[in-house]
Amino acid sequence: MLHTWVIIPVSLAYLGVLFAIAYWGDQRADRGRSIIANPYIYSLSLGVYATAWTFYGSVGRAAADGVGFLPIYLGPTLMMALWWLVIRKIIRISKANRITSLADFISSRYGKSALLAGLVTIIAVIGVVPYIALQLKAISHSFTILAQYPDVVLPAQRVAPPVQADTAFWLALVLATFTILFGTRHLDASERHEGLVAAIAFESLVKLVAFLAVGVFVTWGIYHGLPDIFERAAAHAKLAPLLAPLGGPAGSYASWAWLTVLSMLAIMFLPRQFQIAVVENVNENHLGKAIWLFPLYMLAMNLFVVPVAFGGVLHFSGAGVDPDTFVLTLPMAEKQEALALLVFLGGLSAATGMVIVETIALSTMVCNDLVMPVLLRMKSMRLAERRNLTGLLLGIRRGAIVAVVLLGYLYFRLAGEAYALVAIGLISFAAVAQFAPATIGGIYWKGATRAGALAGLAAGFVVWLHTLLLPSFAKSGWLPIGYLQDGPFGIALLRPYALFGLEGLNDITHAMLWSMVANIGCYVAVSVLSRQSVAEQTQAARFVDVFRRTGGALDAHPWKGTASLPDLKALLARFLGPERAEAAVIDYAGRRGYGSPDDVPADAGLVHFAETELAGAIGGASARIMVASTVHEDALSVDEVRTMLDEASQVIAYSHELTQKSQALIAATNELRAANERLQELDRLKDDFISTVTHELRTPLTSIRAFSEILHDNPELDAAEREKFLTIVIQESERLTRLINQVLDLAKLESGRAEWQVARIDLKAVIEDSIVTTGQLFRARNVALESRLPADLPFVHADRDRVVQVLINLLSNAAKFVLADAGHVVVALSRRPGALRVDVIDNGPGIAAADQQVIFEKFRQAGDTMTEKPRGTGLGLPISRQIIEHLGGRLWVTSRPGKGATFSFELPVADAAAVAAAAATHRT
Amino acid sequence: MGKKILIADDEPNIVVSLEFLMKQKGYEVRVVNDGEAALAAVGDFGPDLILLDVMMPRVSGYDVCQKIRENPAWQGIRIIMLSAKGRDIEVTRGMAVGADAYVTKPFSTKDLIDKVRTMLGE
Repeated sequence: MLHTWVIIPVSLAYLGVLFAIAYWGDQRADRGRSIIANPYIYSLSLGVYATAWTFYGSVGRAAADGVGFLPIYLGPTLMMALWWLVIRKIIRISKANRITSLADFISSRYGKSALLAGLVTIIAVIGVVPYIALQLKAISHSFTILAQYPDVVLPAQRVAPPVQADTAFWLALVLATFTILFGTRHLDASERHEGLVAAIAFESLVKLVAFLAVGVFVTWGIYHGLPDIFERAAAHAKLAPLLAPLGGPAGSYASWAWLTVLSMLAIMFLPRQFQIAVVENVNENHLGKAIWLFPLYMLAMNLFVVPVAFGGVLHFSGAGVDPDTFVLTLPMAEKQEALALLVFLGGLSAATGMVIVETIALSTMVCNDLVMPVLLRMKSMRLAERRNLTGLLLGIRRGAIVAVVLLGYLYFRLAGEAYALVAIGLISFAAVAQFAPATIGGIYWKGATRAGALAGLAAGFVVWLHTLLLPSFAKSGWLPIGYLQDGPFGIALLRPYALFGLEGLNDITHAMLWSMVANIGCYVAVSVLSRQSVAEQTQAARFVDVFRRTGGALDAHPWKGTASLPDLKALLARFLGPERAEAAVIDYAGRRGYGSPDDVPADAGLVHFAETELAGAIGGASARIMVASTVHEDALSVDEVRTMLDEASQVIAYSHELTQKSQALIAATNELRAANERLQELDRLKDDFISTVTHELRTPLTSIRAFSEILHDNPELDAAEREKFLTIVIQESERLTRLINQVLDLAKLESGRAEWQVARIDLKAVIEDSIVTTGQLFRARNVALESRLPADLPFVHADRDRVVQVLINLLSNAAKFVLADAGHVVVALSRRPGALRVDVIDNGPGIAAADQQVIFEKFRQAGDTMTEKPRGTGLGLPISRQIIEHLGGRLWVTSRPGKGATFSFELPVADAAAVAAAAATHRT
Repeated sequence: MGKKILIADDEPNIVVSLEFLMKQKGYEVRVVNDGEAALAAVGDFGPDLILLDVMMPRVSGYDVCQKIRENPAWQGIRIIMLSAKGRDIEVTRGMAVGADAYVTKPFSTKDLIDKVRTMLGE
């Protein structure tokens, strides 16, 4: 038996645990050892998104729509991918400007407009109160059901108990107390509540464990695993259609898409999500982990939704059990006492987490953006004369918390019975989605104006009221149902579910479509048409360019007037308390580099600092009013601001230019270093070349000198010997001349200064000429020279003399290297695609593979060069290769040692070569 | 009894001139065209002096010189290095591996003969 005397103590004990965790977290935070400064706690605390609505409601929706519940969780998962861009920017802006709520954020962006802050607060409160009611309803229902254990009896509809006997009422009071204790312990300038976040993270764990436990129990305890459930569902008349893809009961693709967009916006703009994701964020790097951890949490939370829904329908078939209660009633029907209690606690944690965070966020807004601005303007309150306002502020906060929770309870009593859980949640989602254009536009579009934001928000809110909230009232019977069926005042065109005749969409899709059209349309159109004030321009730049700001000199505050340090300090003391105000000023003086706080000049920087500090406590709009009333401000003309901004932007431009110049300098230095290295390399190569050339020149010179001296010193030499020595002198002189000519030739070729006379030439005729020229060499060594030159070959484009030079070089090499008398050399001409090919084939000793590249290097000769003949210069082949390559062809050797060598080259035929050769001629 | 001179050079015409000059002065002459042959000739010919070219195939003049100096039996052999490479670094290297003199090509025949005579103690 689970009597109320069991459930209530267990629930209170659970709340006691939460108290303990929150208290411990606050103690640790006070001692500077934060327990929430890690990405896992941050990700878990984001799980406050999953409320009682998720816990009980998604099973209800799955039972009715199949996968229709999914977009609510797909949206946040998709949005997480964008978080790194969007939320990181919002967090950065919020930290820099001490922003503590969504209303504060939007109003700060648009010139700290109190009107805008108030509007956002009103929309948030009206939009979210039904959602709080939903949580109270969920807990009180589940309590009532559980108290009937083991009978599954649903609470009677529409028979509310008297208030003092209503569990929901007492629950509301307990939650308000908890929220006051941990949400308003002191006035923190940053509005952060570490203990609370730790408790919320713990609640996220509890509800996940409870839901998974039910899922596992239903799937494997009642049925035989997932296949079993799905097989039974497929055979069930009511469930089978749910297994169909989209377009069936799960809704059209359009409504799926809209629901996904809606929940993408909700995860960012629900006040509790903004509170946890932005205000309570300790370190923006935690986002990196949250981006995948949070979707993982959502996935785990949704894993068993469909099995539990199907299991419930199968189990209670026709028994009239509300699918929203399946999570609780299934364990009860199976007499699982402990599990039922755990589920109740899970639902309790989901609901309490949401109510607590949502209430804190709303109370901050109500206090800072609704109550304070009004109080500050009421002269009769004489607020300006009270020395310490911290007590008043806390009082307002606490009052706001109780008021919001009780509003939720009121809504629950009046309207809560009319709607299923999911429908109420979606109405809230649609309300907060109205914040999206002004917020996202505000951080990316500098041109957006306060008037635009006001117009967009108001238009979207009115459409939302008309198409979602008022119809829900009509359904609850507070408004004549004719409002729904015939339109207000009987105007059919304005029917809430078919605005301007748009029919065929479900209510949420329809409302989102029209409210977004109105909201974005007005926001953009009015922004374009209206002008920004000075304050708006400053704030717009501060928000949009938050990542570019590095503080310091660039953080100019356009402000002109006279202020005094004692006045500003007194102002801070009234809202923050004297000690905290003193500490803040000392800290500021330290950062600005002043030894004593009394030395701080009362300039624009100090005024801005005071305003930011104050904004943390009472919101940007109220802070603006307070500072303006304390210091004497001169109105800034647009021109003056422009001058200030111009100066700042000149500094930015100058520093940008400097950065660019120094980068260019580094680049230039690198290029110079590389060029220097190249030059040094070239210098080394030139040194080597000269050393080699010198060596090659000295060798013949040595013989010439030696024999000249011998001939000179020995007049008695016989004629034969004299003849022999003189021949050597002549040979070596010729070698010297040839060497000098070739070195010069190569230098000319390599530097590109060679003269080229490129024309259409007949390669056959050129080869025949070269054979005649080298004929004597072959005859002298008795080497056979055979030519295979077919007729009717096309002309090539080349320099005739240069080709002759190459041919003579190849032919004389062949003549030199084959054996005298036994040598045989063939010159063959053949046609190749687009080219003519010449082969000089000899039956000499051949060239080893290792030497086949070496012979084309300067002054390198293969193998044993000690032959009887005068040695080559070692430049013939390098020069030949240069020439052929310049003419667009290639020169190479194929050889196997002992099998002779074949030197070949190809030259492009005239037609194909015309273009290349023309270009080559042009180059030279 | 004439002293023995080994000529090691791969440039045929230079060899012809050196051979003529040395024979004219009454020395017994052996000619080799690469480093390997030079080392072999040191063993079986037993020269008193070597005219050693640096840039030779297979084994360079530097290596030949070093090998000779490593053998205690050949310490008495005088070595004159001949080279068309006349940079300081090359001269220094030649002296470092144990040459007695380093002569750059082209050389004066008279100076070379004087140097040979002096070294052979004549």
